[in-house]
Formats: sequence, structure tokens, C-alpha cells
Amino acid sequence: MSILVRNVSKRFGDFVALDDVSLDVESGALTALLGPSGSGKSTLLRIVAGLETADAGEILLAGKDATALAPQKRNVGFVFQHYAAFKHMTVRENVAFGLKVRKRPKAEIADRVDELLNLVQLQNFGHRYPVQLSGGQRQRMGLARALAPEPQVLLLDEPFGALDARVRAELREWLRQLHDVVHVTTVFVTHDQDEAMEISDQIAVINHGKLEQVGSPRELYDEPATEFVMTFVGDAQPLGDVLVRPHDLELSAEPIDGAVEAMIVRVTLLGRDAKVELHDTSGAEIVALMTRADFDDAGFWRGQNVWLSPRHERVFESA
Amino acid sequence: MKRVLSRLGLRSIALAYLAVILVGPLLIVFWRTFQDASAAWDALTTPETIHAFKLTLIITAIAVPVNTVFGIVCALAIVRKRFWGKGLLNAFIDLPLALSPVVVGLALFLLYGDDGWFGGWLSEHGIQVLFALPAMVIATIFVSLPFVAREVVPTLREIGDDQEQAAFTLGASGWQTFWRITLPSIRWAVIYGVILTTARCLGEYGAVAVVSGRLQGETETATLRVQERWEAFDVAGAYAISIVLAMIAILVLVAMTAIRPKEERA
Repeated sequence: MSILVRNVSKRFGDFVALDDVSLDVESGALTALLGPSGSGKSTLLRIVAGLETADAGEILLAGKDATALAPQKRNVGFVFQHYAAFKHMTVRENVAFGLKVRKRPKAEIADRVDELLNLVQLQNFGHRYPVQLSGGQRQRMGLARALAPEPQVLLLDEPFGALDARVRAELREWLRQLHDVVHVTTVFVTHDQDEAMEISDQIAVINHGKLEQVGSPRELYDEPATEFVMTFVGDAQPLGDVLVRPHDLELSAEPIDGAVEAMIVRVTLLGRDAKVELHDTSGAEIVALMTRADFDDAGFWRGQNVWLSPRHERVFESA
Repeated sequence: MKRVLSRLGLRSIALAYLAVILVGPLLIVFWRTFQDASAAWDALTTPETIHAFKLTLIITAIAVPVNTVFGIVCALAIVRKRFWGKGLLNAFIDLPLALSPVVVGLALFLLYGDDGWFGGWLSEHGIQVLFALPAMVIATIFVSLPFVAREVVPTLREIGDDQEQAAFTLGASGWQTFWRITLPSIRWAVIYGVILTTARCLGEYGAVAVVSGRLQGETETATLRVQERWEAFDVAGAYAISIVLAMIAILVLVAMTAIRPKEERA
């Protein structure tokens, strides 16, 4: 089911959380809302779910106006950053909740809960209470609970934000696989660009309540529309008047016209890559990334003066 | 060693204080009553005393459910809703704790007396409020009003509204969410508040004394009966009724202590 956001604005007192945001979410895709904290991405997700109301604008779910619809009527599954587990219920009861309030037959509920517990690999934990689960297990329970009533849209608000790095990486990969099996239109909020790049089909970058760019991970990386996207999605640094990514810097031992002169101050070997830190003549720090092979061939050394020229550079009109 | 001594010191001060202020008087009441147990039993089984206990239980049975529902509704409004006058509501809930019950009784007199705001209209329609059950119930509800709300408010704040929002997105109506999510989450706070409310209702004296008229066998509650017996120089009777009230209070305390650890676990 597609999600259309039309000119949505939202304020909290004086704070502008969203400023005239419009966004099309493809049906069946895995879409990331990416932005720094306080950018408005969670607010947008909560407005789509009906947990907040927009001050202006419209939300269309499957082509129908859902702006004034209660969250109960939107048929969305929502996964919370801090799990929002029903603490007085077992894992089974948590997952069954959405089906019980819909008064589905008991046998049907039991079958569906079994199926979902298998899907999230919690089949042996059905009779535990949420406090007896790890963070990762709780979030998988939250996902099973959200999927149980077969929502048309799955919304996840920083779903892995409260987990440690290893569990994060595991669950992120697992969410991608799950999405390939379940195929429900999925939107997740994250401030972690790696997470967004790794698993989404489409990324919407939000900053200061405004939508900066929507596109595939590749488009955002290769053709950033704004300076913010360039610096937030992947690393970028100023070189003279342009922005350039560390691996797009060419180093030459010989002077080149128009190139920036800099001195190598530090070299770090990162497995198959070499990270070269330099200072230009004004003392500004620049980082260049190259493969070990290129680095070894060139035979650069610490203290050497080199000339930097960008392979791809971007100039953005300053905002 | 010094630390052990100072801890023992603190402990003995606390215990001595409790013994002198609380336990001593209570023990004396018990001791005096059981000195002459048959007289105590006779005093307890007079029709007036039995009626007084019944009346106290009836008033409590009405006031506690009313204040439980009101307390939960108020706590939900204070914690979950934004509305004009919320600060006022929050402050007013504590009023019965600050106000002397006698003042409450007098206020009810001004409202429901023959010259009061509602009094004229009510007596025209043949409804007797003062010197009857209605005024005693209203007075008791007033003085026992804050306890449930005061217990539930911090618990509601602590659990947050994540679980309720999750229930909404899963299709649960507001009513379903309240019964299946909110109420189970605050149940220990509610029970605790109910126990405190019950204790307050059973022990109420001042406000009820003003509005009841103290008619023996009609509008006399157990606490009023204690005072009446005392003034009639029936010391045994006064002690006997006090003992029953004290034992109910102790039962309430025991129930509270039994519940508390569970509340902290939840």
C-alpha cells in the first residue's frame, strides 16, 4: 500500500518539527526516514500512524485520505524505539493482542501467533514476560506484535536505537530478510546513515523539518541534491571551494595546476584501505582514502608534500 | 563499630517514638477492653451499636467505589490530557487533605441547609439531605477524595503512554485500551489507593459529626458512637467500639504491607 504525504506541517509550541513536507512512499518498498535527532523524522512517522495530528497537510493511505482517521482505523503496524511491550502480558499475549481486540476466533489467533513467533525466532519464549527478554528479543516481539493483524504498512521508529552495536547490525540484516519475505510497505526512522544505506530501497533525508532529498541509497551518495545530504550521507569535506569525499581525492607527488598543496601528517592502514591525513597550507585537515595497492605503488611517506585534486566534486549554492 | 552504634541509635529512636505515640495508646485501649470482656461484648451487641457499624459500612461501601472511579478518571485527566484548568484540578484534589473536616461539614450545611443554595429546592421536593444518609455520604466522599488519584498519578507518569499508543495502533479502542492495558498497569496503585480511602472512610468523624445530627440508631456512625458512649460515661462501650475500629485499621495496614512488595515489583 502506498503512503502519500502532502504538504504536512507540524509545530510544537515555537518549535517547527515539520515544514511543508511532501513524500511518496512506494508500495511494498523498504523506506528509511534519515536525519539527525530533532529533524522531525519521528514526528512524520507518528503523523502517518495517526499518533500525532498534522497542523496542515494531508496523509493518504492506499490513495484514500487518512488525515483525520484514528490510529485504530489506519491498519498500520508500529514498532517503538523502547519496545512499548505490554509488561503484564506474556510474549504470546503481546503478539495476540491485535487479534484479540479484533475478536478473531481463538484457534485462528493461536495459529497466527505460532506462525509469527516462528518468524521472529521466539517460539521457545512464548510464556515469558517482557522483563525476562533481552533488548533484541523484545524488539523482535514488538515486530511480531505489529505484524500480527496483517497491517498494510509497517512503521518502525528508531527500532534498533536502544540496542548495542552487534545486536543492531544483526537485527538490521534480519529486518531486510524479513521484508523480503513479508513484502509489507515498510518505513523506518533512523539517524544512522549506514543503517539506512544498508537495508533500504529508498531513503528520505530530513533536516530541520524539511525534506532534503528522496532517492535510492546510490542516488543519495552519488548525486546528493544538497550540501547537507552530501555531508550526512557518507563523508565529505571542503577542498578549496568544493565538497569532496575522501576516496574521491587524487594524490600526486608532482605539482599540478589548480591542485591543492598539502602535507601528509599521518597514515593509517585499515586492512585493504589506507587513510591518509593531510594538512593544507592553511593548516586545515583533509582526509584521503585510497586502496592499499594504490598507496603502496605511489610510495607516499609521512611529511611528504603532495597535490590534491578531486575526481568528483560538488558545488552547492550556500543555503 | 561506630557506624553500627549510630544505626542502632537511629533505630531505637524511631522505635521508641512509634511506641510512645502509636503503639502505647493502642495497647491501652486493648488492655482496658479485655479487662472486662463480657461488658465489652454487651456494649458491642446493643442495637444502636450494631446499627452504627452497619451505617459506617454502608457509607464506606458507597464512598469508596465513587472515589475510586473519580480518582482514576482524574488521574488520567491530569497525566494524559491537556486542558484549561488542569493545574487548578491538580491543586483542588489535595484540598480535602488540607481542609479540616469540620469546615467541610459546615460548608455542606451552607449548601444543603434550609437556607442553603440547594436546601430550599431539595426540601420542596421532599428530599432530605442533611441529618440523613446523603449528607453523610457526601461528607465522607469529600474527605476521602484524594487518595486514589494521588496513588495513581505517579504510577501513570512512570509507565508513560507508549503501551497505550501501541494498543491504539493495534486496533484497540480507548475503552479496550483502558481495560486491557492501562488498568492492569496501574492496578497496584489503585488497590493501594482503595485501601487508604477505605481506612479514611471508616475513621471519618468531623465532617460527618456536623452534618449527621447524631441521632442514635439512625444517623450515628461507629466513630460518632464512640464519642456518644464516652460522653454517657459508658467507658467499656467506648473502648469496645474503638477496639473494633482499631482492628479494622490494623487489618487494612496488614493488607497494605502484604500488597506493597508486589506493587514495587510491577
